[in-house]
Amino acid sequence: MSANVQPITPLTLTAYTLVTANGRGVGPVLQALRGRRSGLKPCDFEDVTLKTYIGRVEGLEDFSLGNELERFDCRNNRLAWLGLQQDGFMVAVAEAKQRYGAHRVAVVMGTSTSGILETEHAYQARNQAGSLPDWYTSRYRYTHNMFSLGHFVRVCLGLRGPAMVVSTACSSSAKVFATADRLLRAGLCDAAIVGGVDSLCLTTLYGFSALQLLSTGPCRPCDEDRDGLSLGEAAGFALLESSERVGRRGAVALLGYGESTDGYHMSHPHPEGAGAIRAIRDALARAGLRPEDIEYVNLHGTATRANDSVEDKAVYSIFGARPACSSTKGWTGHTLGAAGITEAVISAFCLTEGLIPGTLNCARVDPSLKSRILRENQIGSLSCVASNIFGFGGNNCSLILGKL
Amino acid sequence: MKVSIQGIGLLATGLAGWEVGRAVLAGHGSFQPGEMPDPEAALLPPNERRRSSDCVRWAVQVAQEAIAQSGLDPREVPTVFASSGGEMGVLDTLCRTLATSERVISPTLFHQSVHNTPSGYWGIATTCQQSSTALSCYDDSFAAGLLEAVTFVHVEQRPLLLVAYDLAVPAPLNEARPISAGFAVALLLAPPSDAALATMQLHLRETDQGPASHLQDLALEQVRLGNPAARSLPLLKALATGGSEKVIVSLLESQQLVLDIDSCRH
Repeated sequence: MSANVQPITPLTLTAYTLVTANGRGVGPVLQALRGRRSGLKPCDFEDVTLKTYIGRVEGLEDFSLGNELERFDCRNNRLAWLGLQQDGFMVAVAEAKQRYGAHRVAVVMGTSTSGILETEHAYQARNQAGSLPDWYTSRYRYTHNMFSLGHFVRVCLGLRGPAMVVSTACSSSAKVFATADRLLRAGLCDAAIVGGVDSLCLTTLYGFSALQLLSTGPCRPCDEDRDGLSLGEAAGFALLESSERVGRRGAVALLGYGESTDGYHMSHPHPEGAGAIRAIRDALARAGLRPEDIEYVNLHGTATRANDSVEDKAVYSIFGARPACSSTKGWTGHTLGAAGITEAVISAFCLTEGLIPGTLNCARVDPSLKSRILRENQIGSLSCVASNIFGFGGNNCSLILGKL
Repeated sequence: MKVSIQGIGLLATGLAGWEVGRAVLAGHGSFQPGEMPDPEAALLPPNERRRSSDCVRWAVQVAQEAIAQSGLDPREVPTVFASSGGEMGVLDTLCRTLATSERVISPTLFHQSVHNTPSGYWGIATTCQQSSTALSCYDDSFAAGLLEAVTFVHVEQRPLLLVAYDLAVPAPLNEARPISAGFAVALLLAPPSDAALATMQLHLRETDQGPASHLQDLALEQVRLGNPAARSLPLLKALATGGSEKVIVSLLESQQLVLDIDSCRH
């Protein structure tokens, strides 16, 4: 399975940033984790009447992008813009651009629904002949098209290197790390901006409702009475450079990644977690690590019955009951195509802060789960984290982050 | 970065399959667009085929054509699927439903709306559990997919199947994205090998060093310009013609892929 997977040179996360329902920037999100304050609230998105909780980012309805960026204006790109402004990220990118040149910095973004909310609004605003409004058709390329986010980030940052948007449902912004590593190793760029943005929309709210996968309350990952997921929205970005160039001791780096598919079903995970196991094993092989080197597993942990149970099987079969395991979806909600970067950034600052977050909203751990599910926060030194992300289409990705 | 091409799949009006397409592109037959193909995509289990979207059937059809030529086991081959807009037909249906007051959408239609739907169905049809990436780069989605695919083969030193497709966009969504005819192409790429249809060297360059390749035949050039997946046509023409040729494909406004093709004579 992993026979031909070779260890990689770690990639330093020179800078990173995150906006979720818990706040703007790494600081507020870390405070929410420490204070165990969820960002989930009863659904108040537009005129949606579903009985569910959501992780909505405050203030996206009330601002617009500046004149030069007007054509990109949509909820998804507003959230992207907000993300780029936090944690000194723009300055770090400007420095990398200075070091390498604009054409030597790649942009690899992940999203699942891009700016689809614009299309939903446009369909509601069709005229009597059934035509879509001009404000929409002239801007589709910059708002809803799947590449819009990549285009927007590239323009905001003034970059001219290779760019693409990966869209593999929930695994999108985990897989961007793998694509960036390949571009860097092949010498096609010297640095890469990776990240992802997904924003609330009717398609996912009513879609997950149709699949009967939405919890009526705040999601309860790994709880014996869990009844589904809560949707959230997020923007996260990281600047990746080879650790051989910028590695300083103690810096957080991507040590390995594994990608796989289930080859089983569009929306149900493989019953034995076969694809998940393959992704985790390949991530360990690329990191050159053994299972016992991993101290914390940030679970995909969506709080659906099926996901948490199958993920537990996969994690236990590789790690046994040794590492602490938890899901952070109780804080952020499931941010879908942004879940990969959200949980990679959370893993990064957990490494620097020596924090292992206990699963929020998990009152009693499902007794059928065999992994060591943590319920309370734990403080102590931490050097190696695995983060799992699984998505529709049976698309899996596992990342390993650690300190150099 | 040097790779070999070990299989080609093609589907478009007047270019139904690589055998037909190769003859047309090599100038041995005239390009005669007619009815839109309705691919069988025989690899799909009947249940999956019945509920599959056009994108799935087109993508699976070219994928199975390319993999059959290579003789490789699809379970051993990772994949990259490139498309500008993915499931535009599914999105049209979903957005129509979401514009009604009831907003009752079909669960099947919802999971088919993701950009990696053909990737998921390909996995179900073949039981492949290898890595699969679905991506977009608007009009340059084929170029971005080719870059991701060649980079993967180069770095991992193993074969990979690239599939690029975009289908006709239904009204009224075609007012925003006017694509009037479908196009799908698949390339089985592998580390350099003697047993191949051709070898291809890829490098990136800045745009100001020259224009991108286009087609002399005006009707085919219209196809190239009308569908993002059809930006593969200059490469396919070089492969059909044989010999050595340089093909330039745009990647965004700032860069180009320079492809040095060397066809193997058997």
